[in-house]
Amino acid sequence: MTVLVGYIPDQYGEAALAAAIEEADRRGTDLLVLNASRGDALVDKRYLGESQLGDLERRLADSGVAHEIRQSVGSDAADELVAAAGVADDPVIVIGMRHRTPVGKLIMGSTAQRILLDAPCWVIAVKP
Amino acid sequence: METLDLLAGGFAEAFSPQLLLYAAIGVLLGTFVGVLPGIGPAMAVALLLPITYGLDVTESMVMFAGIYYGGMYGGSTTSILLNTPGESASVMTAIEGNKMAKRGRAAQALATAAIGSFIAGTIGTLLVAFFTPALATQAVKIGAPSFFAIMLLSLVLVTSVLGESKIRGFIGLFMGLTIGLIGLDLSTAQARLTFGLLELADGVSIVVVAVGVFAVGEALWVAAHLRRKPVDVIPVGRPFLGRDDWRRSWGPWLRGTGLGFPFGAVPAGGAETPTFLSYITERKLAARKPGGEPFGEGAIEGVAGPEAANNASAAGMFVPLLALGLPVTATASILLAALQSYGIIVGPTLMDEQPDLVWTLLASLLIGNTLLLVINLPLAPVWAKLLRIPRPQLYAGILFFASLGAYSVNSDPFDLALLLFFGGVGFAIRRFGIPVLPLILGVILGPLMELKLREALDLSNGDISGLFSEALAIAVYVLIVLALVGPVVLGRLRKPADEQDAKEEVSA
Repeated sequence: MTVLVGYIPDQYGEAALAAAIEEADRRGTDLLVLNASRGDALVDKRYLGESQLGDLERRLADSGVAHEIRQSVGSDAADELVAAAGVADDPVIVIGMRHRTPVGKLIMGSTAQRILLDAPCWVIAVKP
Repeated sequence: METLDLLAGGFAEAFSPQLLLYAAIGVLLGTFVGVLPGIGPAMAVALLLPITYGLDVTESMVMFAGIYYGGMYGGSTTSILLNTPGESASVMTAIEGNKMAKRGRAAQALATAAIGSFIAGTIGTLLVAFFTPALATQAVKIGAPSFFAIMLLSLVLVTSVLGESKIRGFIGLFMGLTIGLIGLDLSTAQARLTFGLLELADGVSIVVVAVGVFAVGEALWVAAHLRRKPVDVIPVGRPFLGRDDWRRSWGPWLRGTGLGFPFGAVPAGGAETPTFLSYITERKLAARKPGGEPFGEGAIEGVAGPEAANNASAAGMFVPLLALGLPVTATASILLAALQSYGIIVGPTLMDEQPDLVWTLLASLLIGNTLLLVINLPLAPVWAKLLRIPRPQLYAGILFFASLGAYSVNSDPFDLALLLFFGGVGFAIRRFGIPVLPLILGVILGPLMELKLREALDLSNGDISGLFSEALAIAVYVLIVLALVGPVVLGRLRKPADEQDAKEEVSA
């Protein structure tokens, strides 16, 4: 069993990470932290830099949960999570939800919605 | 003094609200394109060439010059915050600048770059104002044979001095010269390289070539490398300098200006050599006096010097452009094309025939430089945000303007096909590492050189000796031979070849 969490360095990512650590602890399983960037801009503040990666690694180590951090460039965070859930054994996905107006969703799309619809497993959606 | 009077007259013109607005638009747009790696002032000016149809010549030149200065400034921001130089002239700034930023001194690095650019740009522009008229009065006396020789020298120097590979440089140059040949022969009206296409009889518009090579080529290149790992950006607040930083910066600023200007002014162009020399000089000087961070750990001198050299050489470029009609950088050659599109003959007579344009342009450069400082110091954090623009959206916009620009030249769909072709050429030269500058210089200088060559040969009734009829021409040919043979011989003499020395030898 694996808990997968989509993490970005902001309040939604933090909420998801906290819930995921709790969930992994409760289930007694390992934790897979995914951080993805489409890599189509020179700078992406959602993609973890070296220092942020170090901080995250320390925090996960402190939590005592068996964990892995995976970074990917090229595809969408939703695709990455769903694909990772597809190969994992009995997975559960944890994501952070943000408020989107209908117009905002029309323009920007919704990563959360795509994960909810496409995921082959349970999805735990948390709000900060 | 006469120069000061003329410059004052230029200021009176330049302070009209309209010109101030164009100068402000220019520097903002210039900084915008300078900040984004891969997009430089040359591309921006090429994309904006079609607006020359709607604007007065002074207005468009003021805006283009603003873009040029702004682009130089914007490049330093990217170098310092990302360690990804926005353009080749900022490579040296990146070395110490990024280290300073990593040590939490990004604000000081940006400030010394901005103030250094301002000082160097201002001194450089004033030097242009003093040197150009003198040079132009001499240049009027130069005959066709010498002029041809000087153009040849400029092409050879730009091709062989800049860039790592001479062969690649010359490949680019000959591609450019070939493109410049397309169309009807001026005196015999024979069709050259038109492949029977009527549309090619008038030659290829420089707008189409420049936009194709710079914009479409870059867009295709980026599309081929679309997904890349995002880089770490260093957060920055409002730039400022402490007292100690001021003390350490002013020397490098002035030395950088002194190094940069002559390199910009001689037809060996490019800011790479002077920024490199300035960096070396500052490193040697800093080693002697203790105090402050040493080089390699974010020394402020290593940012102040090269950045000043960069902008001083950017200003120096206006000397050959305005006095001789010789462009030495990619942006200068596009500026030349813009002037030509107004039917203005760019050459030694420019100062006499268009004094208003020249002096207003120079005054606007000084104003634009000040605007850069005033606008950009508080805006630095905003410019850093530009780096988050996703490439697909950014390049879609560029392609849109590229197509619009190419189509608007003749309202002919054929130009769009040509644009795509030159876009392919632009992609290919990036793929094979062929420099863009010799190519674009070849396209623009080629036809002008041919004109002078024909003139010289007509005077001597087609006898080749007509090319050597002037002492100046012979002297220039000697220089060309030295520039070509010198580095090779020097390289043989002392192995391993010291690259920097070879560069100095050629440019001196």
